[in-house]
Amino acid sequence: MQNYSNVLLNAIKSVTQNISLMEVCGTHTMAIARSGIRELLPSNIKLLSGPGCPVCVTSQGDIDAVIEMVRLNDIILLTFGDMMRVPGTRSSLQEERSRGADIRIVYSPLDALRVARENPEREVVFLGIGFETTTPAVAATLEEAREERLSNFSVFSLHKLVPPALEIIFSDPEIQVDGLICPGHVSAVTGIQPYETLAAKYGKPCVVTGFETVDILEGIFMLVNQLQKSQARAEIQYRRVVRADGNQVALDSINRVFEAVPVRWRGLGMIPYSGLRLRPEYSDMDARLRFNIPELEEIPIKGCACGAVLTGKILPTDCALFGQACTPLKPVGPCMVSHEGSCAAYYRYIPGREGTK
Amino acid sequence: MCLGVPGKVIELKENHRAIVDVNGNRAEISVRLTPDVKPGQYVLIHAGFAMEIMDESAAQETMQYLLEVLRYAELQ
Repeated sequence: MQNYSNVLLNAIKSVTQNISLMEVCGTHTMAIARSGIRELLPSNIKLLSGPGCPVCVTSQGDIDAVIEMVRLNDIILLTFGDMMRVPGTRSSLQEERSRGADIRIVYSPLDALRVARENPEREVVFLGIGFETTTPAVAATLEEAREERLSNFSVFSLHKLVPPALEIIFSDPEIQVDGLICPGHVSAVTGIQPYETLAAKYGKPCVVTGFETVDILEGIFMLVNQLQKSQARAEIQYRRVVRADGNQVALDSINRVFEAVPVRWRGLGMIPYSGLRLRPEYSDMDARLRFNIPELEEIPIKGCACGAVLTGKILPTDCALFGQACTPLKPVGPCMVSHEGSCAAYYRYIPGREGTK
Repeated sequence: MCLGVPGKVIELKENHRAIVDVNGNRAEISVRLTPDVKPGQYVLIHAGFAMEIMDESAAQETMQYLLEVLRYAELQ
């Protein structure tokens, strides 16, 4: 495999044209930073990070709304660990927990269901966040809760869809992207069709790529190969997991439970039909409605350039706060908090980060 | 966030549950999203659910195909 990686790397290095490729998956951001691929590539091939981390693209108003819900209601909030330290305007979930709020970290929404069963006298809320990879798990959990007639379980949905954000990236003249390294696990659910549409509409190749170093090199090679031949097709490199038509059972589950609505993304603004809200049939399990949580205004964090980082307009190291006022220990913006955020990945793996600006 | 780990299905149980082996550790997951899965198959696990049944042979095919592409390029 080492040998095959070298073959791929040499083939990529033989390309002379300037190429910018963007990945839109936090797991790719981490995998690329950890593998050192960015440093191995010649300077004419650039790898940018896009809006691929669900925690990072959550708007400040939504984070404030969750904190508001926890402050005003006697609930058990279950969340994936990534959300704990994300700074809201005045507080974070971690701070709320230290003040006595009952906030617990879970690995699966099914764990939240178990907590609801074990605490029938308490209101149990799961903080639903994630792209198409995670949404089916939450949809299936809601369906299970409905079948069991659990009345004390609800979900606060911050779920988002990836293709509408890619549409924004491709249509923004300020963002220079020649091809897309498409997310492996999101695509296991969606299949390749959304990328076929994008590739045809914007004339840019899209390759669904896995997460091992050799997967990423293969994906980059497939993109470069298309670009050299002036092709713009959607292809799958990660074929051991992703099928062309995706996982229809998972898509059906999403569609039975959720419906697409316009939502605000950090760095990208309002995007039509890019967020998922519980359908009217499930509205009794919609925590936003159950606890009457209003939409909160967007209050930007002073000096934080997460928005520009999330769209690949600047590199994490170009932010004035990077590595100085903003570090993983004392993060200012979400891209430094989430371990899959671009800033956290750069901070951890790119050498010479301290005091080099 | 979209991290997935491969696991081998050991046993199917009621209510869409299954016991999987992940690197020698046993865990219970839901196979509600991969209803066709059978014991012995590998699945990709995310957030306590099997998201997809894995097929290692497809990865080999991609590698063979790309090596062909490269060989062809060298001949030109």
